[in-house]
Amino acid sequence: MKASYDVIVIGSGPGGLAAAIAAKENGADDVLIIERDVELGGILLQCIHNGFGLELFNEDIPGPTYAQHFIEKTKGHGVQTLMDTMVLDITPERIVFAINKDLGYLELHARAIVLAMGCRERTRAQILLPGARPAGVYTAGTAQRFVNVEGHMPGEKFVILGSGDIGMIMARRLTIEGARVERVLEIMPYLTGLTRNYVQCLLDYGITLQKQRTVNRIIGRDRVEAIEAVSVDDAWNPIPGTKEIIPCDTLLLSVGLIPENELSKKAGVALDPVTNGPYVDDRFMTSVPGIFAAGNVVHVYDLVDWVTEAGYVAGKGAAHFAQTDKVETGTEIPLKAGENIRYVVPHKISKAHLAEETVRLQMRAITPIEERVLVTVEDQNGDVIAKKGEAYARPGEILTLAIKPTSFDAAQKATSLTVNVRKR
Amino acid sequence: MAEVSEIICVTCPKGCTLQVKHEGKDVLEVLNEGCKRGKEYAICELQDPRRQVASTVRVKGGLHPLVPVYTQKAFPKPLIPQLAQELRKVEISAPVKINQVVLADALGTGIDIIASRDMPGKH
Repeated sequence: MKASYDVIVIGSGPGGLAAAIAAKENGADDVLIIERDVELGGILLQCIHNGFGLELFNEDIPGPTYAQHFIEKTKGHGVQTLMDTMVLDITPERIVFAINKDLGYLELHARAIVLAMGCRERTRAQILLPGARPAGVYTAGTAQRFVNVEGHMPGEKFVILGSGDIGMIMARRLTIEGARVERVLEIMPYLTGLTRNYVQCLLDYGITLQKQRTVNRIIGRDRVEAIEAVSVDDAWNPIPGTKEIIPCDTLLLSVGLIPENELSKKAGVALDPVTNGPYVDDRFMTSVPGIFAAGNVVHVYDLVDWVTEAGYVAGKGAAHFAQTDKVETGTEIPLKAGENIRYVVPHKISKAHLAEETVRLQMRAITPIEERVLVTVEDQNGDVIAKKGEAYARPGEILTLAIKPTSFDAAQKATSLTVNVRKR
Repeated sequence: MAEVSEIICVTCPKGCTLQVKHEGKDVLEVLNEGCKRGKEYAICELQDPRRQVASTVRVKGGLHPLVPVYTQKAFPKPLIPQLAQELRKVEISAPVKINQVVLADALGTGIDIIASRDMPGKH
């Protein structure tokens, strides 16, 4: 195989596939995807439920179908692939070190790299769950792989901690497969996943969700025998007199996702402590020139369609960089999180790019507002550059807003931009 | 007598909470539909609730022991547990092609259950 490529994409989930396709479509000749699993597609392959593709295809399709569409497209475009291969290290000079059972230790050079490693699940250790350490405690995604790909049922009687989408989807899946889901517990006072999943995964199957309630401890020595649930106040302190022992043999954790950036760190990519992903510009280039990032590695999206969209932008940027091999030195405007906004991606936008292309912003609200809101992008003087109305703002659902080239003139005098979400 | 019920639309990820004015199972008006699909959903939800169902069936000689499948159209909600039972009995052989019918006319509904991906044989 070749030792150097125009663009190397690390990971073949939706972000990586889209980036590879876009790189090819924008003039990169040699594009390689490196994937650690035995096939392309990433986590989509275990997400067998419907709900994908509504934004991009206006169709409601399952994860594997969505993945296959893009897998076939990469093949049609002549994207090269290296499966069952683990990337061990990346240098700022864009050298990728990887290992493969048949090919051994590989040193590959890239003109541009797209990081598309996705995200990983928060584990028991990260939420400091007390109690013994019996078998039967899994992250929801691990259980999802067992049930949907490998064909094992991890238990019979479940409690699920966390009302994230994967947790709720697994509650339904396990019920369909004949298990009993005793409870879904959510420490926050609101649902952290999509409302539609509360309806079609929990309400439809009569599964009880309790908010502001969490696992106090796990009971059982060799295998989970029960969990002790407890209510918490707004500061997450247990409320006396609210304990309940719930007998179960398995506890699933759906307690958040963290962008997977171990490789990014090795490459010297600067990470945002709020998103846990790289600081990126409007083409998803990181702080290291020529290294781009696509999808959940940047911040955790709620819809795969938007991951694909981000992958296209990053892949196009990478192809452009591979061909010109230089960093643009135009003026950049930092984007800041303002009122009731936890973070904004991208972290900065180039004035030059805005002249030609629409820049899409993604934000997460801090606290829910269950009435009509206005999302605004304001310059340092409080002048509104772009705005969008929404029916509500919820921390569990990403807010989006596009800054169009028509805002170019207004943005020229901006030295910084702030995004806010307020009641109308 | 007309009453107003709250129905959360699950057609798209927006998940609008619809205020549905109805008399029994007859929808009179959807007071705050987010889009046209909201009214369709409300009518369906009151008269004949349906859901997309996804599951897996066993595969002989495949790269994985299971292939994911789903209902080609939204499936009658009350029949979902029975459908799960039926799918547990199905076993097909690799290779499987995407959209291949794994269970035709499931429970006499006229709805086929199809594979949601290719499943190549074990190499």
